[in-house]
Amino acid sequence: MIRTEGLCKVFLGNGKAGKEVRAVDGLNLEVQQGEVFGFLGPNGAGKTTTVRMLTCLIGPSAGRAWVNDLEVGKADLAIQAQVGILTESPGLYDRLSARYNLEFFAAMYGVKDVKGQVEKYLRLLDLWDRRDSEAGTFSKGMKQKLAIARALLHEPPVVFLDEPTAALDPEAAKTVRDFIETLRGQGRTIFLCTHNLDEAERLCERIGVFRQRLIAVDTPDALRRQLFGRQTVVHLAAPAATGEIESLATSVRALPFVQRVELLAPADAQGGGRLVIALDDPALRNPAIVQALVNQGAQIQFVNEMKHSLEDVYLSLMNNGAESTPGGAQ
Amino acid sequence: MRQFRALVGREWADMLRNRLVFYVVIFVPVLMVALPIIMLFVSGRVPINPQDLQEMERTLSSPIFAGMNTVEAMQAVMASNMMVLFLMMPLMVPVTIAAYSIVGEKVTHSLEPLLATPITTTRLLLAKGLAAAVPGIGMTWLCYGVFLIAARFLSASERVFAVFVDPMWLVAMFILAPLLTVAAVMVGIIVSSRVSDPRAAEQLGSLIILPLMVLFIGMVAGFIQFNSGTFVFAAIGAALGDVVLTYLGVKLFQRETILTRWK
Ligand SMILES: Nc1ncnc2c1ncn2[C@@H]1O[C@H](COP(=O)(O)OP(=O)(O)OP(=O)(O)O)[C@@H](O)[C@H]1O
Ligand SMILES: [Mg+2]
Repeated sequence: MIRTEGLCKVFLGNGKAGKEVRAVDGLNLEVQQGEVFGFLGPNGAGKTTTVRMLTCLIGPSAGRAWVNDLEVGKADLAIQAQVGILTESPGLYDRLSARYNLEFFAAMYGVKDVKGQVEKYLRLLDLWDRRDSEAGTFSKGMKQKLAIARALLHEPPVVFLDEPTAALDPEAAKTVRDFIETLRGQGRTIFLCTHNLDEAERLCERIGVFRQRLIAVDTPDALRRQLFGRQTVVHLAAPAATGEIESLATSVRALPFVQRVELLAPADAQGGGRLVIALDDPALRNPAIVQALVNQGAQIQFVNEMKHSLEDVYLSLMNNGAESTPGGAQ
Repeated sequence: MRQFRALVGREWADMLRNRLVFYVVIFVPVLMVALPIIMLFVSGRVPINPQDLQEMERTLSSPIFAGMNTVEAMQAVMASNMMVLFLMMPLMVPVTIAAYSIVGEKVTHSLEPLLATPITTTRLLLAKGLAAAVPGIGMTWLCYGVFLIAARFLSASERVFAVFVDPMWLVAMFILAPLLTVAAVMVGIIVSSRVSDPRAAEQLGSLIILPLMVLFIGMVAGFIQFNSGTFVFAAIGAALGDVVLTYLGVKLFQRETILTRWK
């Protein structure tokens, strides 16, 4: 469980320049136990800074934070014993073997069965065969997997993953993502920083869109609904007469429960056009809409729900929240 | 305790695989023990120029050389001048190791996951310091030991050998050397917390220990008379230096600074 209250981090400028950078500004957040929480934000949003504060690597400038009911700044060692962190860069000891790297960290975390845990994670992440190779000889993907293993050795109930798939090729990224998926359902709280939207959508139960401040938090579906409402799309066959689709749109617009109707070009050559209808409760209202359209002589090909991509949601949130520019002097 | 052992062990495992560090830790001491042994060997066999002897008169007036013939005196003086080199080891070896152990971790970004483990900064600093200090002192003593074994065979007489185990050298090796090591470790740590390239750290560190080296070169050149008093005095100076440097080192080694100022 993670909770923050007005968490802030201000970096003082280096020396004379004296420019302050307000990296995190009044973050209020609550992540439930066992939840996979996506922390989404552009470069320089302050994601890494937030993770560093929550893992007691740097101190907050203001505000408070708790990890598993332990307060940051008061019980740092206890917090650090309970969290695992995948740092932005893997930071392995390149001259030492994969196994040595893990055994060292197992000892640092006070793991009882060092050999057993190290073997377990090396096997889980498919690195067992390369256990005695120097970590420096690993590919980026393998390094990342080794760093993930390092974060999990002590079976922490809370795991912070800072951009686990950034800089990986699609295949390596998929392996890592699949592995993270297996971590869900083990009851661990996972705090996942990313700017990969598909990843956030696939892995996270809730998403916080963040840029210096928290812009929105909710499930991906709820965020979509919040921004775009629910929309039904009706695909119509090519009309017999011009203007027919416009008149169909007008008649739908006249229905009392319809909020908005938009006309879109057809999805393919066989279609005539699409009506995008915004409304509250599609399950209840769609039959009436279809009925009305058919009565008007519409040739309906498909009816489905409009799915906005998370990208649309994200971009829309970013544009709305654009007044807060990170890194700007404040 | 387990963390401590793991930290020191990892430090050494890494050191053994780092060619540059290994070179300083092994090669330099070998050179430094070879020089006095060669001196001992040569000065026992080469005929002495009377002019040189005259120059050394002041040195020879020291009571530890009393009652020696010229060959004995020559051997004793030349070799013990070179023995001063042993005191450079507790400076050079730890500075190098400490510089690489902190800046090296900054460069590879391995410091962040390390600092994320449940360990206090003081302990981490202590472990890193110990990992740098032990090879420094160890090599110094090892060299002294090897030199004494060689001296057993090469000394012209019992009297000459006695010079090498004079209380003055015992003070130098067992009191001054460890104190110098602490100073060197702290210099390495202070430099590392401010610099982001291991070579720069090493060079800067060497620069800081330069005054100490000048002091020793002065001794070798005969400007400074050395006796038990000199070394006791030096030890007191080193101890004071240790206190100041340790205070500075602990103050400067702050996780937030070293973590966020590494670019
Ligand atoms: N040590 C520091 N000193 C000064 N400013 C800093 C420091 N660390 C981070 N910042 C600034 O704080 C802001 C947030 O940085 P942070 O690394 O947390 O972003 P991020 O969300 O992790 O970005 P990315 O996606 O690029 O990793 C940036 O403007 C950055 O320049
Ligand atoms: Mg980041």
